[in-house]
Amino acid sequence: MMSPKCIEVVLTRLLAGYLATPILVVDPAGTLVFFNEPAEMLLGKRFDETGEMPASAWSTIFSPTDSHGAPLPADELPLMAALAERRPAHRAFWIRGMDGKQRYIEVMVTPLIGLEDRNLGALASVWETQP
Amino acid sequence: MTYVKLWGTRGSVAAPGAETARYGGNTACVEVRHSDGTLLILDAGTGIRRLGSTLGSSVRRVDVLLSHLHMDHIQGLGFFEPLHNPDVEVHLWGPMSTTQNLWSRLARYLSPPLFPVYLRDLPWLHVHDVGVGEFEIGPFRVTSALVCHPGATLGFRIATTGGAMAYLPDHEPALGLRGPFLAGAWTSGFGLAAGVDLLIHDGQYTDQEYASCVGWGHSSMRQALEFARLAEVGRLVLFHHNPAHTDQQLDQLIHMELAQTRLRFPVMGGMENATLDLASSFSLSRT
Repeated sequence: MMSPKCIEVVLTRLLAGYLATPILVVDPAGTLVFFNEPAEMLLGKRFDETGEMPASAWSTIFSPTDSHGAPLPADELPLMAALAERRPAHRAFWIRGMDGKQRYIEVMVTPLIGLEDRNLGALASVWETQP
Repeated sequence: MTYVKLWGTRGSVAAPGAETARYGGNTACVEVRHSDGTLLILDAGTGIRRLGSTLGSSVRRVDVLLSHLHMDHIQGLGFFEPLHNPDVEVHLWGPMSTTQNLWSRLARYLSPPLFPVYLRDLPWLHVHDVGVGEFEIGPFRVTSALVCHPGATLGFRIATTGGAMAYLPDHEPALGLRGPFLAGAWTSGFGLAAGVDLLIHDGQYTDQEYASCVGWGHSSMRQALEFARLAEVGRLVLFHHNPAHTDQQLDQLIHMELAQTRLRFPVMGGMENATLDLASSFSLSRT
């Protein structure tokens, strides 16, 4: 059974459910705990199908590469940088969705920091754009 | 053995009157007392005044757990006799915020012009900022977590060898949902309420009323029943009654909800002066 999510993360998921902006939510360990329907279009699979994904899975499954085609290690992905350094992070890069399509995306990440300076994870908004 | 007594079950504002006398007009206050004498008081609504006047001189320590600082949960504090008695060790526990500490926020109310006595004139008080976590008070293990309600609001799970209860007096776990509750892990308050013997939960509205009060931080009776079902609680007390609902209306509304919902656990509308044994089924008495 999944452990209960804190209210800040629950409310983030609910908010994401109402937005047309593609949103991903990760926990402090980097586990992708939710993505909304607009994000499903970019990632190429429904959240219902994937469920939660540990960082080791999602950081490679989407084959992130920079604009020159060089693979991006996990710690250079903005989500992981925001979690590790507890600061906003932004980057544009290529991914291969689970539908096999290549997409160039921009990702803007806000760390979720709660009362008592608790690290609650991070919220990423994602846009498909042009290189 | 632990017993739980309801001293105030009304939400939002006190609603005294002949038409509310049975469920009661006082705002949120619940006494939780262990057989070893340890006394917890959940919230300091207007119900705490009468509770304070009945404690007697044998009580040397009182722990008041505040779910949040909305007026219906603190209004009785200034009229709680032990607060003014330096011989009684009074501990106030309440939600921390990102800005001021609990003492400073309570002092907004306990100071002129809203109240004639300054909080600083009661230096023997012990005030504790509570975050997310666990702490012990005598035989009770208290778990606190932030729950869905405007402003920093805590729910409590109180466990002892004799059983466990959860107190979620102001709670809107259905906020933002477009269908049934999500899995427990994604439902506000679930971690506190899961499997408790007794859940005291917000049930302020009818479904129709809730529709025009979304985001105000409260639940309909139906939502409270569904939340309790999800959490697989032993018993449910509906709490924080709408001040506009008379005794007769509450009887009818609760009866209608229960008739429409198949539940495996007993449910009661919280009535002022009702006393419950934490460990056993509703052994309701009113004194």
